[in-house]
Amino acid sequence: MTAQLAFQNVTLGYDRHPAVHHLNGEIAAGSLLAVVGPNGAGKSTLFRGIVGILKPLTGAITLGGLKARDIAYLPQSVDIDRTFPISVFDFVGTGLWRTTGIFGGLGKTARAQIGQALASVGLNGFENRNIGTLSGGQMQRMLFARVLLQDARVIVLDEPFNAIDTKTSADLIALVRHWHAEKRTVLAALHDMEMVRSHFPETLLLARGSVAWGSTQQVLTADNLLEARRMCEAFDDGAGTCVVDAAHSRAA
Amino acid sequence: MLYDALIAPFLEFEFMRRALAGVVALALGGAPIGVFLMLRRMSLVGDAMAHAILPGAAIGFLFSGLNLFAMTFGGLIAGFSVALLAGLVSRVTVIKEDASLAAFYLVSLAVGVTIVSMRGTNIDLLHVLFGNILALDDQTLLVIAFNATITLVVMAVIYRPLVIECVDPVFLRTVSRAGAPAHLAFLALVVVNLVNGFHALGTLLAVGLMILPAGIARFWSRDITGMMMISVASAMVSGYFGLVLSFQTKVPSGPAIILVAAVLYVFSVLFGNVSGLVRQLFPGRHLEA
Repeated sequence: MTAQLAFQNVTLGYDRHPAVHHLNGEIAAGSLLAVVGPNGAGKSTLFRGIVGILKPLTGAITLGGLKARDIAYLPQSVDIDRTFPISVFDFVGTGLWRTTGIFGGLGKTARAQIGQALASVGLNGFENRNIGTLSGGQMQRMLFARVLLQDARVIVLDEPFNAIDTKTSADLIALVRHWHAEKRTVLAALHDMEMVRSHFPETLLLARGSVAWGSTQQVLTADNLLEARRMCEAFDDGAGTCVVDAAHSRAA
Repeated sequence: MLYDALIAPFLEFEFMRRALAGVVALALGGAPIGVFLMLRRMSLVGDAMAHAILPGAAIGFLFSGLNLFAMTFGGLIAGFSVALLAGLVSRVTVIKEDASLAAFYLVSLAVGVTIVSMRGTNIDLLHVLFGNILALDDQTLLVIAFNATITLVVMAVIYRPLVIECVDPVFLRTVSRAGAPAHLAFLALVVVNLVNGFHALGTLLAVGLMILPAGIARFWSRDITGMMMISVASAMVSGYFGLVLSFQTKVPSGPAIILVAAVLYVFSVLFGNVSGLVRQLFPGRHLEA
Protein backbone atom coordinates (compact mmCIF):
# COMPACT_ATOMS: atom_id res chain seq x y z
CA MET A 1 0.00 0.00 0.00
CA THR A 2 1.37 3.38 -0.91
CA ALA A 3 0.89 6.27 1.45
CA GLN A 4 -1.54 8.89 0.23
CA LEU A 5 -0.98 11.18 3.19
CA ALA A 6 1.99 11.22 5.52
CA PHE A 7 2.52 13.25 8.69
CA GLN A 8 6.06 13.85 9.82
CA ASN A 9 6.13 15.27 13.33
CA VAL A 10 3.28 17.61 12.46
CA THR A 11 2.27 20.30 14.91
CA LEU A 12 -0.59 22.58 13.91
CA GLY A 13 -2.00 25.32 16.03
CA TYR A 14 -3.05 28.86 16.66
CA ASP A 15 -1.00 31.66 18.24
CA ARG A 16 1.83 29.17 18.82
CA HIS A 17 -0.46 26.94 20.94
CA PRO A 18 -0.54 23.43 19.48
CA ALA A 19 -3.97 22.01 18.56
CA VAL A 20 -2.44 18.96 16.88
CA HIS A 21 0.78 18.05 18.63
CA HIS A 22 3.64 16.04 17.11
CA LEU A 23 1.58 13.78 14.89
CA ASN A 24 3.38 11.06 12.97
CA GLY A 25 1.90 8.47 10.67
CA GLU A 26 0.63 7.55 7.25
CA ILE A 27 -2.72 7.08 5.60
CA ALA A 28 -2.66 4.51 2.81
CA ALA A 29 -4.25 5.31 -0.53
CA GLY A 30 -7.81 4.02 -0.57
CA SER A 31 -8.24 4.12 3.21
CA LEU A 32 -11.54 4.87 4.86
CA LEU A 33 -10.45 6.54 8.07
CA ALA A 34 -12.55 7.93 10.89
CA VAL A 35 -10.95 10.65 12.97
CA VAL A 36 -12.51 10.72 16.42
CA GLY A 37 -11.77 12.55 19.64
CA PRO A 38 -13.34 14.95 22.12
CA ASN A 39 -14.15 18.58 21.29
CA GLY A 40 -10.96 20.53 20.83
CA ALA A 41 -8.97 17.38 20.07
CA GLY A 42 -7.63 18.90 16.87
CA LYS A 43 -9.72 17.04 14.28
CA SER A 44 -10.75 20.12 12.33
CA THR A 45 -7.30 21.62 12.73
CA LEU A 46 -5.73 18.48 11.28
CA PHE A 47 -8.07 18.68 8.29
CA ARG A 48 -7.32 22.35 7.77
CA GLY A 49 -3.66 21.42 7.72
CA ILE A 50 -4.24 18.66 5.18
CA VAL A 51 -6.08 20.93 2.73
CA GLY A 52 -3.48 23.66 3.13
CA ILE A 53 -5.59 26.34 4.82
CA LEU A 54 -3.41 26.14 7.91
CA LYS A 55 0.38 25.85 7.71
CA PRO A 56 2.03 23.48 10.21
CA LEU A 57 3.95 25.19 13.03
CA THR A 58 6.50 22.41 12.68
CA GLY A 59 6.80 19.20 10.68
CA ALA A 60 5.38 18.43 7.27
CA ILE A 61 2.34 16.89 5.67
CA THR A 62 3.01 15.16 2.37
CA LEU A 63 0.18 14.44 -0.01
CA GLY A 64 1.55 11.59 -2.12
CA GLY A 65 2.07 13.71 -5.21
CA LEU A 66 -1.25 15.52 -4.92
CA LYS A 67 -1.64 19.23 -4.47
CA ALA A 68 -3.75 20.52 -1.59
CA ARG A 69 -6.13 21.79 -4.24
CA ASP A 70 -6.78 18.26 -5.49
CA ILE A 71 -8.41 17.36 -2.19
CA ALA A 72 -12.15 17.73 -1.79
CA TYR A 73 -12.90 19.27 1.60
CA LEU A 74 -16.18 19.64 3.42
CA PRO A 75 -15.57 21.94 6.40
CA GLN A 76 -17.51 21.63 9.63
CA SER A 77 -18.88 25.10 10.05
CA VAL A 78 -19.43 25.90 6.44
CA ASP A 79 -18.88 29.58 5.91
CA ILE A 80 -21.52 29.83 3.21
CA ASP A 81 -23.42 33.06 2.69
CA ARG A 82 -26.87 31.57 2.31
CA THR A 83 -28.41 34.91 1.42
CA PHE A 84 -26.34 35.09 -1.77
CA PRO A 85 -28.61 34.73 -4.80
CA ILE A 86 -27.23 31.58 -6.38
CA SER A 87 -29.15 28.48 -7.48
CA VAL A 88 -28.46 24.97 -6.23
CA PHE A 89 -27.44 24.01 -9.76
CA ASP A 90 -24.85 26.79 -10.08
CA PHE A 91 -23.56 26.21 -6.57
CA VAL A 92 -23.00 22.50 -7.12
CA GLY A 93 -21.49 23.35 -10.50
CA THR A 94 -18.61 25.12 -8.76
CA GLY A 95 -17.41 21.60 -7.91
CA LEU A 96 -16.29 21.38 -11.54
CA TRP A 97 -13.81 24.20 -10.97
CA ARG A 98 -10.84 21.97 -11.80
CA THR A 99 -12.16 21.40 -15.33
CA THR A 100 -13.87 24.72 -15.97
CA GLY A 101 -11.45 27.08 -14.21
CA ILE A 102 -12.23 30.76 -14.39
CA PHE A 103 -13.62 30.93 -17.91
CA GLY A 104 -14.70 27.45 -18.98
CA GLY A 105 -18.38 27.16 -19.76
CA LEU A 106 -20.69 24.40 -18.60
CA GLY A 107 -21.24 22.23 -21.66
CA LYS A 108 -23.79 19.50 -22.15
CA THR A 109 -21.65 16.87 -20.39
CA ALA A 110 -20.99 19.15 -17.44
CA ARG A 111 -24.68 19.96 -17.06
CA ALA A 112 -25.50 16.27 -17.19
CA GLN A 113 -22.83 15.60 -14.54
CA ILE A 114 -24.33 18.23 -12.26
CA GLY A 115 -27.80 16.74 -12.75
CA GLN A 116 -26.44 13.31 -11.92
CA ALA A 117 -24.67 14.53 -8.80
CA LEU A 118 -27.87 16.18 -7.59
CA ALA A 119 -29.82 13.01 -8.33
CA SER A 120 -27.40 10.84 -6.38
CA VAL A 121 -27.98 12.90 -3.23
CA GLY A 122 -31.74 12.98 -3.83
CA LEU A 123 -31.97 16.63 -4.76
CA ASN A 124 -33.66 16.31 -8.14
CA GLY A 125 -36.09 19.12 -8.65
CA PHE A 126 -34.02 21.51 -6.54
CA GLU A 127 -31.92 22.77 -9.46
CA ASN A 128 -33.41 26.25 -9.66
CA ARG A 129 -33.97 26.80 -5.97
CA ASN A 130 -31.86 29.43 -4.25
CA ILE A 131 -29.46 27.90 -1.75
CA GLY A 132 -31.02 30.01 1.02
CA THR A 133 -34.27 28.04 0.76
CA LEU A 134 -32.70 24.68 1.64
CA SER A 135 -33.04 22.99 5.01
CA GLY A 136 -29.96 21.94 6.97
CA GLY A 137 -30.07 18.38 5.68
CA GLN A 138 -30.68 19.46 2.09
CA MET A 139 -27.76 21.86 2.39
CA GLN A 140 -25.52 19.01 3.51
CA ARG A 141 -26.72 16.87 0.58
CA MET A 142 -25.91 19.73 -1.75
CA LEU A 143 -22.40 19.99 -0.35
CA PHE A 144 -21.96 16.24 -0.86
CA ALA A 145 -23.08 16.68 -4.46
CA ARG A 146 -20.36 19.25 -4.94
CA VAL A 147 -17.78 16.92 -3.41
CA LEU A 148 -18.99 14.26 -5.87
CA LEU A 149 -18.32 16.57 -8.79
CA GLN A 150 -14.86 17.44 -7.53
CA ASP A 151 -13.97 13.84 -8.37
CA ALA A 152 -11.03 13.97 -5.95
CA ARG A 153 -8.64 11.17 -4.99
CA VAL A 154 -8.76 12.35 -1.38
CA ILE A 155 -11.96 13.44 0.34
CA VAL A 156 -11.93 15.12 3.74
CA LEU A 157 -15.25 15.41 5.60
CA ASP A 158 -15.37 17.36 8.85
CA GLU A 159 -18.30 16.17 11.00
CA PRO A 160 -20.50 15.73 7.94
CA PHE A 161 -23.47 14.21 9.78
CA ASN A 162 -23.98 16.77 12.52
CA ALA A 163 -27.66 17.63 12.99
CA ILE A 164 -28.62 15.40 10.06
CA ASP A 165 -31.58 13.02 10.30
CA THR A 166 -30.98 9.26 10.21
CA LYS A 167 -32.36 8.81 6.69
CA THR A 168 -30.07 11.51 5.27
CA SER A 169 -27.01 10.28 7.11
CA ALA A 170 -27.73 6.74 5.91
CA ASP A 171 -27.90 8.04 2.33
CA LEU A 172 -24.72 10.03 2.72
CA ILE A 173 -22.82 7.21 4.42
CA ALA A 174 -23.74 5.03 1.43
CA LEU A 175 -22.08 7.64 -0.74
CA VAL A 176 -18.97 7.55 1.48
CA ARG A 177 -18.83 3.75 1.14
CA HIS A 178 -19.21 4.12 -2.60
CA TRP A 179 -16.18 6.44 -2.66
CA HIS A 180 -14.29 3.86 -0.63
CA ALA A 181 -15.23 1.18 -3.14
CA GLU A 182 -13.86 3.42 -5.88
CA LYS A 183 -10.51 3.35 -4.01
CA ARG A 184 -10.63 6.97 -3.06
CA THR A 185 -9.06 7.96 0.27
CA VAL A 186 -11.76 9.23 2.63
CA LEU A 187 -11.21 10.88 6.01
CA ALA A 188 -14.14 11.83 8.19
CA ALA A 189 -14.28 13.43 11.62
CA LEU A 190 -17.13 11.81 13.55
CA HIS A 191 -18.69 11.62 17.01
CA ASP A 192 -21.09 8.73 16.45
CA MET A 193 -19.04 5.71 17.59
CA GLU A 194 -21.67 3.28 16.36
CA MET A 195 -21.37 4.70 12.89
CA VAL A 196 -17.57 4.53 13.07
CA ARG A 197 -17.66 0.90 14.24
CA SER A 198 -20.05 -0.20 11.53
CA HIS A 199 -18.67 1.67 8.53
CA PHE A 200 -15.07 2.72 9.07
CA PRO A 201 -12.36 0.05 9.03
CA GLU A 202 -9.68 2.40 10.39
CA THR A 203 -9.75 5.03 13.10
CA LEU A 204 -7.43 7.70 14.40
CA LEU A 205 -8.25 8.63 17.99
CA LEU A 206 -6.96 12.12 18.43
CA ALA A 207 -6.48 14.17 21.57
CA ARG A 208 -4.04 16.75 20.29
CA GLY A 209 -1.59 13.90 19.84
CA SER A 210 -2.59 10.53 18.50
CA VAL A 211 -3.95 8.35 21.33
CA ALA A 212 -4.36 5.33 19.07
CA TRP A 213 -4.38 4.75 15.35
CA GLY A 214 -5.19 1.56 13.50
CA SER A 215 -8.05 -0.82 13.00
CA THR A 216 -11.25 0.61 14.46
CA GLN A 217 -11.84 -2.35 16.74
CA GLN A 218 -8.45 -1.98 18.39
CA VAL A 219 -8.58 1.79 18.62
CA LEU A 220 -12.04 2.29 20.09
CA THR A 221 -11.46 0.49 23.38
CA ALA A 222 -12.77 1.83 26.67
CA ASP A 223 -9.23 2.53 27.89
CA ASN A 224 -8.27 4.52 24.81
CA LEU A 225 -11.46 6.56 24.87
CA LEU A 226 -10.93 7.34 28.54
CA GLU A 227 -7.41 8.48 27.87
CA ALA A 228 -8.57 10.75 25.07
CA ARG A 229 -11.19 12.27 27.36
CA ARG A 230 -8.52 13.19 29.89
CA MET A 231 -7.01 15.68 27.49
CA CYS A 232 -7.10 19.20 28.86
CA GLU A 233 -9.10 21.26 26.39
CA ALA A 234 -7.86 24.73 27.30
CA PHE A 235 -4.57 26.10 26.07
CA ASP A 236 -2.10 26.85 28.83
CA ASP A 237 -1.51 30.60 28.62
CA GLY A 238 1.66 30.31 30.64
CA ALA A 239 3.07 27.40 28.61
CA GLY A 240 6.76 27.48 27.83
CA THR A 241 8.31 26.52 24.51
CA CYS A 242 7.76 22.87 23.57
CA VAL A 243 10.88 20.76 23.87
CA VAL A 244 9.38 17.43 22.86
CA ASP A 245 11.47 15.76 20.23
CA ALA A 246 9.84 14.01 17.34
CA ALA A 247 11.09 10.71 18.66
CA HIS A 248 9.14 11.11 21.89
CA SER A 249 5.81 11.79 20.30
CA ARG A 250 3.26 9.06 20.12
CA ALA A 251 3.76 7.69 16.68
CA ALA A 252 1.22 5.55 14.95
CA MET B 1 -45.90 68.56 -24.05
CA LEU B 2 -44.34 65.25 -23.11
CA TYR B 3 -41.90 65.73 -25.96
CA ASP B 4 -40.93 69.16 -24.61
CA ALA B 5 -40.39 67.79 -21.14
CA LEU B 6 -38.59 64.55 -21.91
CA ILE B 7 -36.86 64.82 -25.25
CA ALA B 8 -36.43 68.42 -26.30
CA PRO B 9 -33.82 69.32 -23.65
CA PHE B 10 -31.52 66.61 -25.00
CA LEU B 11 -32.02 67.57 -28.64
CA GLU B 12 -31.56 71.23 -27.92
CA PHE B 13 -28.60 71.32 -25.56
CA GLU B 14 -25.29 69.61 -26.03
CA PHE B 15 -24.48 69.72 -22.32
CA MET B 16 -27.61 67.64 -21.66
CA ARG B 17 -26.54 65.05 -24.22
CA ARG B 18 -23.11 64.85 -22.64
CA ALA B 19 -24.62 64.48 -19.22
CA LEU B 20 -26.86 61.69 -20.50
CA ALA B 21 -23.89 59.88 -22.07
CA GLY B 22 -22.10 60.34 -18.75
CA VAL B 23 -24.83 58.74 -16.65
CA VAL B 24 -25.24 55.87 -19.12
CA ALA B 25 -21.52 55.08 -18.79
CA LEU B 26 -21.67 55.48 -15.02
CA ALA B 27 -24.62 53.12 -14.85
CA LEU B 28 -22.95 50.46 -17.01
CA GLY B 29 -19.81 50.32 -14.88
CA GLY B 30 -21.04 51.27 -11.45
CA ALA B 31 -24.31 49.41 -11.05
CA PRO B 32 -22.92 45.84 -11.32
CA ILE B 33 -20.17 46.81 -8.87
CA GLY B 34 -22.87 48.13 -6.58
CA VAL B 35 -24.66 44.76 -6.69
CA PHE B 36 -21.54 43.00 -5.47
CA LEU B 37 -20.90 45.66 -2.81
CA MET B 38 -24.41 45.07 -1.54
CA LEU B 39 -24.21 41.27 -1.65
CA ARG B 40 -20.90 41.34 0.19
CA ARG B 41 -22.46 43.66 2.80
CA MET B 42 -19.96 46.32 1.78
CA SER B 43 -22.42 49.10 0.90
CA LEU B 44 -21.14 51.34 3.65
CA VAL B 45 -17.57 50.35 2.85
CA GLY B 46 -18.20 51.75 -0.63
CA ASP B 47 -19.49 54.96 0.89
CA ALA B 48 -16.45 55.23 3.13
CA MET B 49 -14.11 54.67 0.19
CA ALA B 50 -15.89 57.39 -1.76
CA HIS B 51 -14.91 59.81 0.98
CA ALA B 52 -11.40 58.44 1.05
CA ILE B 53 -10.94 59.60 -2.53
CA LEU B 54 -11.45 63.20 -1.55
CA PRO B 55 -8.02 64.10 -0.13
CA GLY B 56 -6.30 62.69 -3.22
CA ALA B 57 -8.52 64.65 -5.55
CA ALA B 58 -8.06 67.67 -3.31
CA ILE B 59 -4.28 67.47 -3.52
CA GLY B 60 -4.64 67.28 -7.30
CA PHE B 61 -6.83 70.37 -7.05
CA LEU B 62 -4.26 72.11 -4.85
CA PHE B 63 -1.59 71.69 -7.52
CA SER B 64 -3.58 72.30 -10.67
CA GLY B 65 -7.06 73.58 -9.84
CA LEU B 66 -10.09 71.79 -11.29
CA ASN B 67 -7.88 69.79 -13.63
CA LEU B 68 -9.39 66.49 -14.72
CA PHE B 69 -6.26 64.38 -14.80
CA ALA B 70 -4.71 65.74 -11.63
CA MET B 71 -7.91 65.10 -9.71
CA THR B 72 -8.52 61.67 -11.27
CA PHE B 73 -4.97 60.60 -10.58
CA GLY B 74 -5.04 61.94 -7.03
CA GLY B 75 -8.39 60.27 -6.39
CA LEU B 76 -7.22 56.91 -7.74
CA ILE B 77 -4.04 56.96 -5.68
CA ALA B 78 -5.88 57.94 -2.51
CA GLY B 79 -8.63 55.39 -3.12
CA PHE B 80 -6.23 52.52 -3.78
CA SER B 81 -4.07 53.41 -0.78
CA VAL B 82 -7.01 53.50 1.58
CA ALA B 83 -8.48 50.29 0.18
CA LEU B 84 -5.14 48.51 0.55
CA LEU B 85 -4.37 50.00 3.96
CA ALA B 86 -7.80 49.18 5.32
CA GLY B 87 -7.56 45.66 3.91
CA LEU B 88 -4.10 45.28 5.44
CA VAL B 89 -5.20 46.58 8.83
CA SER B 90 -8.14 44.16 8.88
CA ARG B 91 -6.07 41.17 7.75
CA VAL B 92 -3.15 41.78 10.09
CA THR B 93 -4.95 43.08 13.18
CA VAL B 94 -8.19 42.23 14.97
CA ILE B 95 -9.97 45.25 13.51
CA LYS B 96 -12.52 44.36 10.84
CA GLU B 97 -12.42 46.01 7.44
CA ASP B 98 -15.51 48.16 8.04
CA ALA B 99 -14.17 49.58 11.29
CA SER B 100 -10.80 50.52 9.84
CA LEU B 101 -12.52 52.07 6.78
CA ALA B 102 -14.79 54.13 9.02
CA ALA B 103 -11.71 55.55 10.70
CA PHE B 104 -10.10 56.39 7.36
CA TYR B 105 -13.26 57.92 5.99
CA LEU B 106 -13.78 60.56 8.65
CA VAL B 107 -10.15 61.62 8.51
CA SER B 108 -10.21 61.72 4.70
CA LEU B 109 -13.29 63.91 4.49
CA ALA B 110 -11.84 66.38 6.99
CA VAL B 111 -8.45 66.49 5.24
CA GLY B 112 -10.05 66.83 1.79
CA VAL B 113 -12.37 69.68 2.69
CA THR B 114 -9.52 71.48 4.47
CA ILE B 115 -7.23 71.23 1.44
CA VAL B 116 -9.88 72.42 -1.02
CA SER B 117 -10.88 75.38 1.14
CA MET B 118 -7.22 76.36 1.56
CA ARG B 119 -6.99 77.27 -2.08
CA GLY B 120 -10.41 77.21 -3.67
CA THR B 121 -13.67 79.07 -3.31
CA ASN B 122 -16.95 77.77 -1.96
CA ILE B 123 -18.00 77.00 -5.52
CA ASP B 124 -14.96 74.75 -5.94
CA LEU B 125 -15.88 73.05 -2.70
CA LEU B 126 -19.44 72.48 -3.93
CA HIS B 127 -18.05 71.09 -7.18
CA VAL B 128 -15.87 68.64 -5.30
CA LEU B 129 -18.55 67.60 -2.86
CA PHE B 130 -21.46 67.30 -5.27
CA GLY B 131 -19.84 67.12 -8.72
CA ASN B 132 -21.25 68.78 -11.79
CA ILE B 133 -22.58 66.37 -14.32
CA LEU B 134 -23.96 69.19 -16.48
CA ALA B 135 -20.46 70.50 -17.06
CA LEU B 136 -18.80 67.30 -18.33
CA ASP B 137 -16.28 68.17 -21.04
CA ASP B 138 -15.07 65.77 -23.72
CA GLN B 139 -12.09 64.65 -21.71
CA THR B 140 -14.08 63.89 -18.58
CA LEU B 141 -16.63 62.02 -20.63
CA LEU B 142 -13.87 59.94 -22.20
CA VAL B 143 -12.35 59.17 -18.82
CA ILE B 144 -15.75 58.03 -17.51
CA ALA B 145 -16.40 55.89 -20.60
CA PHE B 146 -12.89 54.41 -20.44
CA ASN B 147 -13.30 53.51 -16.77
CA ALA B 148 -16.70 51.93 -17.44
CA THR B 149 -15.23 49.83 -20.26
CA ILE B 150 -12.34 48.66 -18.09
CA THR B 151 -14.83 47.78 -15.38
CA LEU B 152 -16.94 45.58 -17.64
CA VAL B 153 -13.91 43.76 -19.02
CA VAL B 154 -12.33 43.13 -15.61
CA MET B 155 -15.68 42.08 -14.15
CA ALA B 156 -16.02 39.49 -16.89
CA VAL B 157 -12.58 38.14 -16.00
CA ILE B 158 -13.06 37.95 -12.23
CA TYR B 159 -16.78 37.15 -12.21
CA ARG B 160 -16.63 33.45 -11.33
CA PRO B 161 -14.04 33.62 -8.53
CA LEU B 162 -15.77 36.72 -7.20
CA VAL B 163 -19.13 34.96 -6.98
CA ILE B 164 -17.60 31.90 -5.30
CA GLU B 165 -15.65 34.13 -2.93
CA CYS B 166 -18.91 35.75 -1.90
CA VAL B 167 -20.81 32.48 -1.38
CA ASP B 168 -18.19 30.09 -0.07
CA PRO B 169 -14.74 31.63 0.46
CA VAL B 170 -13.26 28.55 2.13
CA PHE B 171 -14.16 26.41 -0.87
CA LEU B 172 -12.48 28.86 -3.22
CA ARG B 173 -9.36 28.81 -1.06
CA THR B 174 -9.20 25.04 -1.27
CA VAL B 175 -9.57 24.85 -5.06
CA SER B 176 -7.82 27.95 -6.33
CA ARG B 177 -5.60 30.86 -5.54
CA ALA B 178 -7.83 33.23 -7.52
CA GLY B 179 -9.67 34.49 -4.42
CA ALA B 180 -7.26 37.16 -3.22
CA PRO B 181 -6.46 38.60 -6.68
CA ALA B 182 -10.18 38.67 -7.52
CA HIS B 183 -10.93 40.49 -4.27
CA LEU B 184 -8.17 43.03 -4.93
CA ALA B 185 -9.29 43.55 -8.52
CA PHE B 186 -12.82 44.08 -7.26
CA LEU B 187 -11.65 46.71 -4.75
CA ALA B 188 -9.73 48.40 -7.57
CA LEU B 189 -12.92 48.49 -9.65
CA VAL B 190 -14.78 50.00 -6.71
CA VAL B 191 -12.20 52.78 -6.57
CA VAL B 192 -12.25 53.33 -10.35
CA ASN B 193 -16.03 53.63 -10.35
CA LEU B 194 -16.05 55.89 -7.33
CA VAL B 195 -13.64 58.22 -9.13
CA ASN B 196 -16.05 58.07 -12.05
CA GLY B 197 -18.95 58.91 -9.79
CA PHE B 198 -16.85 61.63 -8.17
CA HIS B 199 -16.54 63.50 -11.46
CA ALA B 200 -20.26 63.43 -12.10
CA LEU B 201 -21.89 63.40 -8.69
CA GLY B 202 -19.14 64.52 -6.33
CA THR B 203 -17.67 62.88 -3.25
CA LEU B 204 -20.82 62.74 -1.19
CA LEU B 205 -23.08 61.15 -3.79
CA ALA B 206 -20.54 59.17 -5.87
CA VAL B 207 -21.65 55.89 -4.40
CA GLY B 208 -25.33 56.71 -4.95
CA LEU B 209 -25.61 55.39 -8.50
CA MET B 210 -23.94 52.17 -7.34
CA ILE B 211 -25.79 51.32 -4.15
CA LEU B 212 -29.35 52.57 -4.77
CA PRO B 213 -29.77 50.68 -8.08
CA ALA B 214 -28.34 47.57 -6.41
CA GLY B 215 -30.87 47.94 -3.61
CA ILE B 216 -33.65 48.36 -6.16
CA ALA B 217 -32.55 45.26 -8.03
CA ARG B 218 -32.61 43.15 -4.86
CA PHE B 219 -36.39 43.63 -4.69
CA TRP B 220 -37.05 42.43 -8.22
CA SER B 221 -34.74 39.49 -8.85
CA ARG B 222 -33.56 36.38 -7.01
CA ASP B 223 -30.76 35.79 -9.43
CA ILE B 224 -27.48 37.66 -9.64
CA THR B 225 -27.51 38.10 -13.43
CA GLY B 226 -31.03 39.50 -13.24
CA MET B 227 -29.97 41.77 -10.41
CA MET B 228 -27.10 43.23 -12.40
CA MET B 229 -29.33 43.88 -15.41
CA ILE B 230 -32.03 45.53 -13.30
CA SER B 231 -29.48 47.62 -11.43
CA VAL B 232 -27.96 48.92 -14.68
CA ALA B 233 -31.41 49.68 -16.09
CA SER B 234 -32.60 51.46 -12.97
CA ALA B 235 -29.36 53.47 -12.77
CA MET B 236 -29.91 54.58 -16.38
CA VAL B 237 -33.56 55.43 -15.76
CA SER B 238 -32.60 57.40 -12.63
CA GLY B 239 -29.92 59.23 -14.59
CA TYR B 240 -32.28 60.13 -17.41
CA PHE B 241 -35.20 61.31 -15.29
CA GLY B 242 -32.83 62.97 -12.83
CA LEU B 243 -31.43 65.08 -15.65
CA VAL B 244 -34.93 65.94 -16.86
CA LEU B 245 -35.97 66.88 -13.32
CA SER B 246 -32.90 68.99 -12.87
CA PHE B 247 -33.45 70.73 -16.23
CA GLN B 248 -37.10 71.51 -15.56
CA THR B 249 -36.89 72.48 -11.90
CA LYS B 250 -33.35 73.80 -11.46
CA VAL B 251 -32.66 71.24 -8.73
CA PRO B 252 -28.90 70.51 -8.84
CA SER B 253 -28.41 67.57 -11.19
CA GLY B 254 -26.48 65.20 -8.89
CA PRO B 255 -29.04 65.29 -6.09
CA ALA B 256 -31.86 65.14 -8.69
CA ILE B 257 -30.48 61.86 -10.09
CA ILE B 258 -30.09 60.36 -6.64
CA LEU B 259 -33.58 61.53 -5.68
CA VAL B 260 -35.11 59.77 -8.67
CA ALA B 261 -33.17 56.63 -7.72
CA ALA B 262 -34.50 57.05 -4.19
CA VAL B 263 -38.09 57.21 -5.48
CA LEU B 264 -37.52 53.98 -7.41
CA TYR B 265 -36.00 52.48 -4.30
CA VAL B 266 -38.97 53.37 -2.11
CA PHE B 267 -41.32 52.02 -4.78
CA SER B 268 -39.32 48.76 -4.84
CA VAL B 269 -39.33 48.45 -1.05
CA LEU B 270 -43.12 48.76 -1.16
CA PHE B 271 -44.02 46.81 -4.28
CA GLY B 272 -40.99 44.65 -5.17
CA ASN B 273 -41.94 41.06 -5.92
CA VAL B 274 -39.04 39.71 -3.85
CA SER B 275 -39.87 40.49 -0.20
CA GLY B 276 -41.49 43.86 -0.95
CA LEU B 277 -43.66 45.10 1.92
CA VAL B 278 -46.97 44.84 0.07
CA ARG B 279 -46.06 41.37 -1.06
CA GLN B 280 -45.36 40.42 2.54
CA LEU B 281 -48.63 41.88 3.78
CA PHE B 282 -50.70 40.28 1.01
CA PRO B 283 -48.82 37.13 0.04
CA GLY B 284 -51.85 35.48 -1.59
CA ARG B 285 -53.26 32.09 -0.61
CA HIS B 286 -50.80 29.33 0.05
CA LEU B 287 -49.99 26.74 -2.59
CA GLU B 288 -50.76 23.07 -2.69
CA ALA B 289 -47.18 21.78 -2.53
